[in-house]
Amino acid sequence: MEEKRRFRYTLCFVSLLIGMFILLVANVMVGSARLSIPQVLSILFTKTGDNAAIIWKVRMPRLLAAAILGGALSVSGFLLQTFFANPIAGPFVLGISSSAKLVVALTMIWTLSRGVAVGSVVLIAAAFVGAMLSMGAVLLVSNRLHSMALLIVCGVMIGYICSAVTDIVVTFASDSNIVNLHNWSLGSFSGKDWGDVTVLTIVVFLGLAGAFLLSKPMGAYQLGESYARSMGVNVKRFRVELILLTGVLSACVTAFAGPISFVGIAVPHLSRRLFNTSRPIVMIPACFLGGAVFCLLCDLIARTLFAPTELSISSVTAVFGVPVVIWMLLHRQGRSDRG
Amino acid sequence: MKEPILFAEHLDVGYKGEIVIGDIRLEAVPGQILTLIGPNGAGKSTILKTITRQLDPIGGVITLEGKDLKTLKERDIARSVAAVLTGRPTPELMTCWDVVSSGRYPYTGRLGILSQHDREKTEEAMALVRVESLRERDFNQISDGQRQRVLLARAICQEPRVLIMDEPTSFLDIKHKLDFLTLLRELVHSKDLAVILSLHELDLAQRYADRILCVRDGRVDRIGTPEEVFSEGYIEELYGVERGSFDALFGNVETEAVTGDPLVFVIGGGGSGIPVYRRLQRQRIPFAAGVIHEGDLDYPVAKALSARLVTQDAYGPIGLAALREAEEIMLRCRAVLCPQTRFGPMNEGNLRLRELAAERGLLTEPDQLEELLKR
Repeated sequence: MEEKRRFRYTLCFVSLLIGMFILLVANVMVGSARLSIPQVLSILFTKTGDNAAIIWKVRMPRLLAAAILGGALSVSGFLLQTFFANPIAGPFVLGISSSAKLVVALTMIWTLSRGVAVGSVVLIAAAFVGAMLSMGAVLLVSNRLHSMALLIVCGVMIGYICSAVTDIVVTFASDSNIVNLHNWSLGSFSGKDWGDVTVLTIVVFLGLAGAFLLSKPMGAYQLGESYARSMGVNVKRFRVELILLTGVLSACVTAFAGPISFVGIAVPHLSRRLFNTSRPIVMIPACFLGGAVFCLLCDLIARTLFAPTELSISSVTAVFGVPVVIWMLLHRQGRSDRG
Repeated sequence: MKEPILFAEHLDVGYKGEIVIGDIRLEAVPGQILTLIGPNGAGKSTILKTITRQLDPIGGVITLEGKDLKTLKERDIARSVAAVLTGRPTPELMTCWDVVSSGRYPYTGRLGILSQHDREKTEEAMALVRVESLRERDFNQISDGQRQRVLLARAICQEPRVLIMDEPTSFLDIKHKLDFLTLLRELVHSKDLAVILSLHELDLAQRYADRILCVRDGRVDRIGTPEEVFSEGYIEELYGVERGSFDALFGNVETEAVTGDPLVFVIGGGGSGIPVYRRLQRQRIPFAAGVIHEGDLDYPVAKALSARLVTQDAYGPIGLAALREAEEIMLRCRAVLCPQTRFGPMNEGNLRLRELAAERGLLTEPDQLEELLKR
């Protein structure tokens, strides 16, 4: 039985890696300048050629950002689902992305108005503050109301308020740089340079390593808080660690790519079905790879479907993510009826 | 008696600094089951939650093998104390094997990867609780009875010396209640476990517990063996029972008697009258019963349900005084039922009652009773 499981895990991981590889290659090749595989290879290895700049300065940072941030987003969704024991929890529906967005927007406008350019680390910090604020609000609500549905409604409300305030702020900020801010506030992987990629890679992989180290107590926590405690989990510390990690991961995504919807719910769900398990030690890498594949695909569609016009990444992720979420809700409903 | 492994003294438990039960003293002894009983909301769960550290004690100490629980590491406590809690965990996509193996938590390394030894312990626990056949089943899709066994296997897999269970038999049907507790008894003996559990079923508590702790009105009211605790009338007092009674010897529950002048007289004995008494009680018909020997099978039920009862001391034939009293009551009734069919020297008086009833045309078949009383 254990062999059968291992086989399944291996098969799924290999498929995801192959999928990711294909999408990485496709993302390099496809775009306003279409390149063949030999061209791509020669540019990758020699860093010279007609389109070297496009590949090295535009496409490569962008696809790496899409893959890594997509992975981070779905892992943070998985962590939130474990924390709230609620399969439709995620950084977007709980308002975490939106409030991170608001604080980042305020920070950018405030610094731009003073003529200071801020680094990506400051933006991540701002996003982290925003994420923690809404997380705090959601936790307050969840302590008072023990209803999963109300928790989500509350998160969605927080999200709307934050988005509304962001829109107002962005509308009245008159600086020309705000154009970028506007694009970012809709969600996009574009405009990343290697510096950004380096920072986000470091932050995300630190966050992932932390999450991976928490996979043991997370597994116990899936049986409920009281069982976790009876098995020796220091529940208070674990909850704080989990919240901080979720905050870091979703803050990093928001700081670089703006709010991206439904990846955090749809990908963990699909991964659970694919691997047929919810064991964190498998699910954390699985969600990361799944999120990377999902976002590479969505970004490819976002920039090529109506080229040269680019779609916001959230529109594409929503189109693919929402049916998955609805299917999941229907499926769960059926199960609880039978049970 | 063996040394207790878990011991609590002057323990105050409650929520947010408010004491629900104070000054508790309890001990869990290897090879014994300590059962907590008491009315709903008395705080049985509060005590168990405090022992399993879901709640902090407000006062007093709990010691595990002589050491204060507060000074011990989580992992070390978890290696000695396991729990089966109320509420059904609903983990997603976990097989029963996954749930049982999670009991290895305090033994595995940083990432929780199971060693060969952990796998063997998991198999062993599943075999002990006889849930091997559920290995591959989704934990969310098994029955309540199976779930409790799997959760028990999970706790056993933790290799505890103390096992704490909060109402483990609620929601189980009678077969699964008996199966579960019998299994627990076996485990207590084979593994020398110290068990603390709470039960709602008094009859089961009486049969499966080695010691019983009664909780009521913010204190531990009584503690002792079932024989000491289940004294006549105590259970009614503990639970504040007003409309019914509890037979302390047999663990039977009876409803309250229908009072008023008896309309029906029942000549019973030897258990023959019990279904008749219960039926008359259900139909709200006040009745008298006699002559019943004290210690007869009929006696406790007749005593609980009849409006009037004529008795005779055990082991003697029915005397004249009892017979006169019974005759007097019987002749004022509108019908007489006689479920008793066997007569001998000891209950010859009852045969005379029956003959008298027949003579007066009072003797009635049970199915004619309703019609007769309507007139």
